[in-house]
Amino acid sequence: MNAAATASDPLADALLAARLFLISPKTLGGMQLRGGGPMRDALLNAIRDAGTRLRRLPAHVDDERLLGGVDIAASLASGRAVHQRGILSEAAEAGATLLLPMAERMRDALAGRLVQAFETDASAAPHGWILLDDGIEAEERPPRTMLERTAFHCDLSQSEWRDSVELPKAAKSTTPADVAAPDAASLTALANTAAALGVDGLRPLIFVQEVARANAALEGRKTIAERDLTVAVRLVLAPRATQFPQTEDESAEPPEQSNDPAPDNDTQENTDPGDRALEDILVEAAEAAIPADLLAQLSSDKAKRAAQSSGTGQKRKSALRGKPLGTRPGLPRGGARLALIDSLRAAVPWQPLRRRELGREIDEAGANEQIIMRREDLRVKRFEERAGRVTIFCVDASGSAAAARLAEAKGAVELMLAQVYVTRSEVALIAFRGEGAELLLPPTRSLTRARRALSELPGGGGTPLANGLTMARDLADMIAARGRTPSLVVLTDGRGNIAADGSPGRKQAGADADAAAKAILHSGYEALVIDIAARPGPHAPDLAASMGARFLALPMADAKMLHAAVAAATASANKAAA
Amino acid sequence: MARFPFSAIVGQDEMKQALLIAAIEPAIGGVMVFGDRGTGKSTAARALAGLLPPIPAVEDCRYGCTGEQRGTCPDPCTSGRVRKRAVPFVDLPLGATEDRVIGALDLEKALRAGEKSFEPGLLAKAHRGFLYIDEINLLEDHLVDLLLDVAASGENVVEREGLSVRHRAKFVLIGSGNPEEGELRPQLLDRFGLSVEVSTPTEIDQRVEIMRRCGEQERDAHAFAESWAGEEDKILRKVARGKSKLAKMETPDAIMQDAAELCMAVGADGLRGELTLMRAARAEAALAGAKAVQRKHLIAVAPSALRHRLRRDVLDETGSTVRIARAIDELFG
Repeated sequence: MNAAATASDPLADALLAARLFLISPKTLGGMQLRGGGPMRDALLNAIRDAGTRLRRLPAHVDDERLLGGVDIAASLASGRAVHQRGILSEAAEAGATLLLPMAERMRDALAGRLVQAFETDASAAPHGWILLDDGIEAEERPPRTMLERTAFHCDLSQSEWRDSVELPKAAKSTTPADVAAPDAASLTALANTAAALGVDGLRPLIFVQEVARANAALEGRKTIAERDLTVAVRLVLAPRATQFPQTEDESAEPPEQSNDPAPDNDTQENTDPGDRALEDILVEAAEAAIPADLLAQLSSDKAKRAAQSSGTGQKRKSALRGKPLGTRPGLPRGGARLALIDSLRAAVPWQPLRRRELGREIDEAGANEQIIMRREDLRVKRFEERAGRVTIFCVDASGSAAAARLAEAKGAVELMLAQVYVTRSEVALIAFRGEGAELLLPPTRSLTRARRALSELPGGGGTPLANGLTMARDLADMIAARGRTPSLVVLTDGRGNIAADGSPGRKQAGADADAAAKAILHSGYEALVIDIAARPGPHAPDLAASMGARFLALPMADAKMLHAAVAAATASANKAAA
Repeated sequence: MARFPFSAIVGQDEMKQALLIAAIEPAIGGVMVFGDRGTGKSTAARALAGLLPPIPAVEDCRYGCTGEQRGTCPDPCTSGRVRKRAVPFVDLPLGATEDRVIGALDLEKALRAGEKSFEPGLLAKAHRGFLYIDEINLLEDHLVDLLLDVAASGENVVEREGLSVRHRAKFVLIGSGNPEEGELRPQLLDRFGLSVEVSTPTEIDQRVEIMRRCGEQERDAHAFAESWAGEEDKILRKVARGKSKLAKMETPDAIMQDAAELCMAVGADGLRGELTLMRAARAEAALAGAKAVQRKHLIAVAPSALRHRLRRDVLDETGSTVRIARAIDELFG
């Protein structure tokens, strides 16, 4: 049987992946289960039924609870140091697997801790992890540090209802350690397949051979067969594919499986025909399992692919750093720092009373007498932190904003970027043209990426101003929700001619753009409209008024002037806000 | 778990060499590794730390004092016994708080006994070893500043919460990051002695070899370590010889001249570039077993020592490595 025959069922794949993961959890790291829904719950139940202990780790867990440490409240109550154990070591001892809900919202800091715990001493770590990823948008993903070390990426959002969900049965007698290493030809074929699918990095290569071995063990064999390799490729490499293998038929539909090797594959020359055939089978198995929407994504926009990372800054907590603001009652945990003097000050007036309560004599000299502190005395420091600023450039790339102006806008954005590592702000770029708006660059500090996105910015077509503004507002909402301050810079001539639904027509387009601008005003984001029309008309100032934005007309500006103007405008805005 | 042998790491020669240079010449000031995820950056650093011979230190000293330094740390340590301990390798997690890094007030003691005492942090732990920071470009700025400052001065000075503590913190700082995800400020980059670029090997043969070795290690880590013991020994001897040679290394004036000219030609800012270049070249020569520094040593380390110090032009996309290679060709070609 060719394993590719079962490729189209994500749930069956996830079940098989879960079984393989449970065979060697420490080597394979974990599973990502994307898409909440009844089938995911069913799958989790099946995993539990297979005898796996799961330990739920809530996203808000603090360091003390995660890694263990002194339990301050209990210590104070009992008058001696009470240590609490961390969840990680508890789970490790119980042989449990960590279950991480809402993994797409996981803080980078938590991911860092987890990865460190698993990598420093695997023997004292829990049995892998399961990431419950409820993300919908492509950007909503678990932290990459975790994803990378997770062998199986399963997407269950499209899976169909099924009555009975059970893990495949394992052959008890064989373990992966009994399975011989894959031979050179298989390794070469796997490496070539990874290259053909554009899978970078070495971890997938390691996972893929371990999965093959686990699958052989599952089926009770001691050598790795072709079907083990196809399973491994399908489960490990296909979900990581960043390009479609270059076979002759580049149809948008995944080719139906067949036992004949695909016609040709010109990615590698130095393999002999035997390897070639195997490799083709593997590539084909992967192809059948590559999600259909991936194809659409890849063909539509390659730049977006690079942009799908979540490498943006983490949420700021004002209890950690910044300008001190005084103290408040609370426990020093989760990184909040104890304000010792204030805690003592809070405790001192109560000492006589507390001693009497405890039946101790008041020692006149006060020597050798401990201060009796209680939990409610504790004070932690508060800090004021300035939220990081993200400047969203919303650039009109339509035909009416002449090509020359577009180049200037690009230049200005580049100059602003050059300052980014001084000011530590981030930049995002939205372009609108033709029938819609596009997020070319999610918030980033990376010059490399920004430069690439800019150089690929095309021009021409209609002016879907409303769409551009709406997308800018959505992005601003997202940024604000993460605790940073967005500000908008809209470069346009203000003459929208594509309505929000993508239909042409200046009148409707104008009304829609006005509505979108008012929505920005309503959200209260700081905005700046720069008129880049060759001959400034009333449109852009009107737009700025609807948006509550400042307005700049720059009929003859070059990139440097534009940059200076934006810098001056944001600086004055900062002052006004302060 | 048995560590992956340093010598069994496939390819990545520039990174391995840079790590060895930093291991024998701590004055070099750290190594910055740029590159994709999953290319064996942390594996290499960890492997090197595990390979180096254990260091003698006062028993139970939290600051890693040597026998001669007994009683000079903030604790102070009193034990009369000196024991060998493994070269420390500290992995700094993303999102570590300042308290954890530099150390903080020992809350337990403060609250129970009203005693002001210092709980050492990761910097104390890393003393005499390696401090590895993955994704340093995503680390909080103020932490990076602090780390580099300590790495440069070799001493951690804590002045806060009524504490006034200083202790030795000499370590080899190894940072890694992916430039696609954010830049490091040039001031900070300059503080790193060497920078190397690693990428996923593209040749299929290399990738297959990596898969094979990782598979072997996965199956039987001990047997795998055994089979590489000979190679590991060679590296150990190379490091030991390098350390002893470095002390007596001669540096001809002509080589200093070369270094200065090269720095001028590529436009590397500041004196630090020149100094690091010379130090790295001396270490390189010592590792190679030479008596005096030669031009080939200089050329070998020039990309690592200068790559991250070139003045950057936002609109110029020519890679720094290319610019250095060009300058070397013009000057010495």
